[in-house]
Amino acid sequence: MSVNKLGKFAVIGLSAAWIAGCSTTATDTDTSTVAEDASSTEQAAATNDTTGSSDQAFGAGEEGALTSVIVEETPAAQDTGMDSLAGVETVFYFDFDKSIVRPESREALAKHAEYLVSHPDARIVLEGHADERGTREYNMALGERRAKAISRYLTIQGVAASQIETVSFGEEVPVAFGHDSDAWQLNRRVEVRYE
Amino acid sequence: MMFKKCLSAVFLCLFYINSAYAQLVIEITSGADQLLPIAVVPFGYSGVDALPEDVAKIVEDDLTRSGLFQAIPRSNMLSLPSKEEDVFYRDWRVLKSDYVIIGNIQKLPNNQFRIGFELLNVLSQKSVQKHSSIDVGARNFRDAAHYISDKVYELLTGTKGAFSTRILYVTAEGDRKAPLFKLQVADADGHRPQVVVESKEPILSPSWSMDGRKIAYVMFRNRRPNIFIQELATGKRQQIAQFRGLNGAPAWSPDGKKLALVLSKDNNPEIYTLDIATQKLERMTNHYAIDTEPSWEPDGKGIVFTSDRGGNPQIYRLDVNSKRVERVTFEGELNTRARMTPDGRYLVTVQKDDGNYHIALQDMKTGRVQILTETYLDESPSIAPNGSMVMYATTYQGKGILAVVSVDGLVKYKLPSADGDVREPSWSPYFK
Repeated sequence: MSVNKLGKFAVIGLSAAWIAGCSTTATDTDTSTVAEDASSTEQAAATNDTTGSSDQAFGAGEEGALTSVIVEETPAAQDTGMDSLAGVETVFYFDFDKSIVRPESREALAKHAEYLVSHPDARIVLEGHADERGTREYNMALGERRAKAISRYLTIQGVAASQIETVSFGEEVPVAFGHDSDAWQLNRRVEVRYE
Repeated sequence: MMFKKCLSAVFLCLFYINSAYAQLVIEITSGADQLLPIAVVPFGYSGVDALPEDVAKIVEDDLTRSGLFQAIPRSNMLSLPSKEEDVFYRDWRVLKSDYVIIGNIQKLPNNQFRIGFELLNVLSQKSVQKHSSIDVGARNFRDAAHYISDKVYELLTGTKGAFSTRILYVTAEGDRKAPLFKLQVADADGHRPQVVVESKEPILSPSWSMDGRKIAYVMFRNRRPNIFIQELATGKRQQIAQFRGLNGAPAWSPDGKKLALVLSKDNNPEIYTLDIATQKLERMTNHYAIDTEPSWEPDGKGIVFTSDRGGNPQIYRLDVNSKRVERVTFEGELNTRARMTPDGRYLVTVQKDDGNYHIALQDMKTGRVQILTETYLDESPSIAPNGSMVMYATTYQGKGILAVVSVDGLVKYKLPSADGDVREPSWSPYFK
């Protein structure tokens, strides 16, 4: 199943859905509520995929074990038959307010680069995230900067820029929910998602 | 009559929903030192049907929340007059009340109510506000009460009241791993919340148009951020930015014609303006650093924004005509997400100092900086249209909540919600 395809479909069907999707809680002629039912099921699946796998990493996480977190293969990776990437990390962590690729990320990134170079049709989205500290829009920019750092690392290794898209979620989609340094560390990350 | 007109325009499609959503509950944490004692007497009513709201109580709560008034408890009142001729001023002098608000409610045909009120000065024994009345339906009792609060506040402080304004905010409810995001609008006191948009993908950065009729916000769709404009009354919305990369931080210009926004389509985050009518996009900044969080100065001539071009994020000012940029904040490890008071005198920022994030106020004339809050992980400051209060998001007992602090830092209160995380408050302008 390609989440992306469903997403595109949802965007096309959107305007009709807004009209049909007025709130069930509203009374009278309340048209001020817009329910997003067109894509909700698809998006829910997408959200569960990423947070589910990362959250297991959180459960196993000690401060020192952060970079060796084992993230399950994403269903998308299995679906596209990327056997050579089985077991390769897809989440990469960053220091506070920094967007420098850590040395321990390099081995896994090299494997992603190798795969992308040998599969020029493969496309990835690098999803950057920040911890909860600081303001939300600044964190959106920071998440993007991290995603771009990973992107640069991959292009230096020969991956075509056209194969990579960078997106930021800022602090909006944490995988750890504490308000401490352990949780913050797990949230400062870039996730590699194959489309 | 004027009030009725105002009601029909503003509350056209914002209906009262019976406790469908968890409400924000005010919790006053501290107040100013010298409070003006005032008694808000329960309004007289001779009808048989139960009234939908206790108008006097709402007025009392409004005035108390402003941090400038101290309400005389009802249980101490020696008499409960509802007409000026029934007022024994000595009853109120004994209670050391400087002012008394009295009122009465009368049921009219066609389910309307006439709410009359009067403001009396206990010392001079005279009316400050002569008897005046408002006709409302049962659903608009709270509007009538906030209108009375605004009147009284303005008469006694000289500043326009902001009790009739509203707030936008975002809640994240349910399973934290897959929350439901809701953009909600409520009265400034947190009552009567209504969902504007809900989505399983994140929503952030809500912003009001200057006439209060439209909003702009960022909502993810298909795992990418988009900017939408939505008309509150009709729910009609328009997707206005869906570029590759960031589409963020929309901010309406004071004349309502443009939006400032952040796009990274040309590689890194830059401030743009979008002419809403012509859809013309103009790039306003040009720097390899992060430029984000634009906010217009009240006169529309400048845009303050966050940039880390100097190493750490600080606030800069962009001249809209010349596009010249100058740095504005110098104190604190960092300053982000600036908002200016309506008189242009103060700049409110999120300042980090000693590892803590607090709301700071910088006097634009003297440069003096004051830290207003001592809560935890404070962000998203938004200023009331009368410049008296700053609403912001903070973390309390592990949850995101909204809190308010007066611009002088003396009055503080929290608006904890029953469940879920609350964030991204945006205080409405006055409704015209």
